[in-house]
Amino acid sequence: MKVLVMGCGRTGARLAGLLDADGHQVTILDMDSYAFRRLPGEFHGTALVGNGLDEEDLRRAGIEDTEVFVAVSQGDNRNIMSAQIAKHLFNVKRVVCRIYDPLRQEIFGTLGIEAFSPTRIFADMLKEQIEGKGS
Amino acid sequence: MYIVVVGGGRVGYYLSRALLDEKHEVVLVEKDPDICDAINEELGSVCIRGDGSEVAILSDIGTNRADMLVAVTGDDDDNLVACQIAKHHFKVPRTVARVVNPANANLFKKLGIDITVVSTNLILESIQAEVPTHPLTHLMTFNDRGLEIVDIKILKESSTAGKAIKDIPLPPGTILSLIIRNGLRPFVPSPDTILFADDQVIAATPATSEASLRKVLGEY
Repeated sequence: MKVLVMGCGRTGARLAGLLDADGHQVTILDMDSYAFRRLPGEFHGTALVGNGLDEEDLRRAGIEDTEVFVAVSQGDNRNIMSAQIAKHLFNVKRVVCRIYDPLRQEIFGTLGIEAFSPTRIFADMLKEQIEGKGS
Repeated sequence: MYIVVVGGGRVGYYLSRALLDEKHEVVLVEKDPDICDAINEELGSVCIRGDGSEVAILSDIGTNRADMLVAVTGDDDDNLVACQIAKHHFKVPRTVARVVNPANANLFKKLGIDITVVSTNLILESIQAEVPTHPLTHLMTFNDRGLEIVDIKILKESSTAGKAIKDIPLPPGTILSLIIRNGLRPFVPSPDTILFADDQVIAATPATSEASLRKVLGEY
């Protein structure tokens, strides 16, 4: 699969490494080249400096024939906007997006974006752990 | 009208002040507490500290009864998301977004933002209006109808100078509605009206025909 990841933070770098190890064709985009230090040493994909909100940079990163676009930069709104660029301007088949704010995740989920809220997932998980151990 | 303004920078501040002067009910949402305090001191309690793309904040200030939300922060992503939340979650009838990067205007429109204001383009248009080598100026755009009102200057070199309107192959749907000519009162042209160099023509045209209209009337 051809996958384009926007944002090379801990999540983005780790995801890119995992997908690359599974044999997928991965490109990762970040505005700061220093972020690429987080990529595993054996990463075979492409790391590109560029802005995930800039159509030209996205084109350069191969968004036109990418099958999956993943937005995992630090900003919720940044992820939402670049996910919508991928979906509505470049018609990427599958667009996945991280939105920390659970309410915003809900709203944009209903607008057709596959969005995950780490806040919601982690809080639910912690709650289960705590209640599970307590009983 | 009840208007929510997101972003208390210069644009947001002066806009809120102007809207208050026009007796609108205004709430301004701004992240920075210092800016918030300064605005409240000057304009009265109109500024709420918070993130304008956060549902809880927008809910607190009653965005569901707002007639309009105007997002004018310096970041396109924040403006887009604030407008989308207002539109889809709070059902605000009109959303207005400031667009910093002109390349994003297309996306904003596609995603249903009612009015987009691209300051770069506004300045560019003012310059074009003053420079005679740019014969076509936008006066107004009706996004929902796909219609534009433009101002065309007929140049001396233009092939249309000296021709009757009926002999000019105008793009379909284009109406020349007013001629402004030196020394005359503005008048509504007839098909027999002959265009002269230095005439100013106000025309209504489908947005899709703008390029061909420019070719027919403006270029030489």
